[in-house]
Amino acid sequence: MKIAFSTTGLEMNSPIDPRFGRSEYFIILDEKDNSKQIIDNSAITSVAHGAGPRTAQKIIEAGVGVLITGNGPGNNAARVLNTSGVRILVGAGGMTVDEAYRAYKDNKLKQF
Amino acid sequence: MKEIVFISGKGGTGKTSITAAMSYLLGGNCILADCDVDAADMHLVTRPQAILSEIFFSGVEAKINTSLCSSCARCFQICRFHAINAGGTGFSVDPLSCEGCGYCFHICPEQAISLPERKVGIFQISQTRFDNILVHAELDIGAENSGKLVTKVKKEARKLAEKEKINIILVDGSPGIGCPVISSLAGAGYVVMVTEPSRSAFHDLQRVHILLSKFGLPAGCIINKCDLNEKISSEIKDFLVSREIALLAEIPFSRSFSDAMIAGKTIMETDAENIILKINNSWDIILKQISGEDT
Amino acid sequence: MIIAIASGKGGTGKTTLAVNLSAFLAEKRKVILADLDVEEPNSGIFLKGRQVHSEKICRMIPEWIERTCIMCGKCQELCRFNAVLKIPDRIMLFPELCHSCFACSELCPTSSLPMHGETGGILYHSIISKKLQLVDSHLEIGQVSAVPLISATISYLKGIAASDDLLIFDSPPGTSCPMLEVTKSAEHVILVTEPTPFGFHDLKLAIKTMEKLDKSFSIVLNQAGDEFDSTIIEFCHSANYRIIACIPYMRRAAELYSAGRLLYQEIPVIREALSVIANNLQLA
Repeated sequence: MKIAFSTTGLEMNSPIDPRFGRSEYFIILDEKDNSKQIIDNSAITSVAHGAGPRTAQKIIEAGVGVLITGNGPGNNAARVLNTSGVRILVGAGGMTVDEAYRAYKDNKLKQF
Repeated sequence: MKEIVFISGKGGTGKTSITAAMSYLLGGNCILADCDVDAADMHLVTRPQAILSEIFFSGVEAKINTSLCSSCARCFQICRFHAINAGGTGFSVDPLSCEGCGYCFHICPEQAISLPERKVGIFQISQTRFDNILVHAELDIGAENSGKLVTKVKKEARKLAEKEKINIILVDGSPGIGCPVISSLAGAGYVVMVTEPSRSAFHDLQRVHILLSKFGLPAGCIINKCDLNEKISSEIKDFLVSREIALLAEIPFSRSFSDAMIAGKTIMETDAENIILKINNSWDIILKQISGEDT
Repeated sequence: MIIAIASGKGGTGKTTLAVNLSAFLAEKRKVILADLDVEEPNSGIFLKGRQVHSEKICRMIPEWIERTCIMCGKCQELCRFNAVLKIPDRIMLFPELCHSCFACSELCPTSSLPMHGETGGILYHSIISKKLQLVDSHLEIGQVSAVPLISATISYLKGIAASDDLLIFDSPPGTSCPMLEVTKSAEHVILVTEPTPFGFHDLKLAIKTMEKLDKSFSIVLNQAGDEFDSTIIEFCHSANYRIIACIPYMRRAAELYSAGRLLYQEIPVIREALSVIANNLQLA
């Protein structure tokens, strides 16, 4: 399963970005081989409108199954994610990516 | 970090004056973000010193290179915004009408149309008299207030708050219910609605509240000029109770607000003790509500 | 004849002037007041009448026809507003981001994105009195752009107005697109300001806007009677901007306004000011 985290940095100890559409980076953790992939979303953060759906598009294209973020995506982005059945978990704002991953494993994150 | 957004729906209810008063109260413990970029007035009372000022671009605007144009009028025919002038001197674009959609650029058979970036305003970071930082912007005349400039103001305010380890961002939101307000509300932790007891303001308050419910944001309300119309004041209070919105303060009508503004001050720097007390009180309530949220 | 009433800052008395001036002039001539502050239309609070017409105002947005689409992705490339998105198995549309430019629709190689109407707001047309009509449009909450609704309402007005009708447009505040859309079509614009630093600052922005549009305009100083009056008056004199009336601040006016009542019928000074405005602009 590929898990995407919205984050402000590039490391597992970077903080989760509570925002989805305008999150600067996404760390994608592939549980199959524990490999890590980074999506640089900084170009999207500067678009006037529609950052959420564009970001969701990238998440889908990366083959992500679970998204972990803070506040949760907006309606439009959620619509895009739902079309591909991405599971959205929220409430990880204030955690690091590592902590959010553990919280996910312990079933402590809220379903969006 | 918590973003507290002040909105009003209707203009002239005292939103900016009250936001400025709160920023005086908090001093260096907050970052101030003026998201009312269409009529940014916060700098008039906070009288800040500019730290950084940069030109802000958003979207594009079509330009016709007349030396390549063959006057086929395709652009004129397809433009839904009537932005193409077909005058005696050839074809040109009216920048105030151009939506920046790029349709003309794509269909021009001579490739005579380009889409340069559009300057829409100036973005600024300044230091206020109250030892806090003000992030603000000024939109150019007639530019589209897309929400992008508002988003930029909020983004930079957040960055600064993170860097300076400041927990509170006070956001002076935009009037209305359209795009700029929606952008001011994105990522908010708490919303303060500033209203007055008039039919119009109450009407607008209800419209704004529908928008807030869509975002599921906790909110409080300040009724300014509360003694202007006791009947509507009590209707507003009933409304707040029914919607579970905290009543933060009822401030009686006073010339002190405009007197303070004329003197280039906030209400906190005057001798209007009654009002100062009420502002202090409402901040205490806000603080309780947002810290309750955290647990 | 179209007169727009605008202001940079909100809450300076734009709607108050619009409804009172309209009702006052309609004692003698035919007037149509259009509330084009569609995000927060409030004229209807002051002017009650009999509704004669209402209609949903549509704006055009694309619709995806899956059957004929070849998933080439050209629509997404064309759309500068991110309103069209190609994801692996479909095209998704985001109506609130669409600017109705028709590019995706008309440049789609298989015509798989025909345009259709979607409600963006509602227009109401009422008869207030023998000589006064009100047209007010209300933007649907959650719609981001007021401009399409404003321009559709102006088209409707042009359809119903007789050649000797006076049209008064109540403009949205600010100096961005919605305000421009309203003032663009007016022959003359009245800018309402108040004697405060905020009002003054925003008045200067509104004046710049009018100059950029090359529009004839004049100024009404509302809620006057403050020491700050002279700052605005001197500024206007030195730059040759015309102040056509000063309306004094009165608590009574604020109270009547708050209750949704007209001012000029109860306050003679305001009636006098309206008559001065009417004479100055030759509207009577």
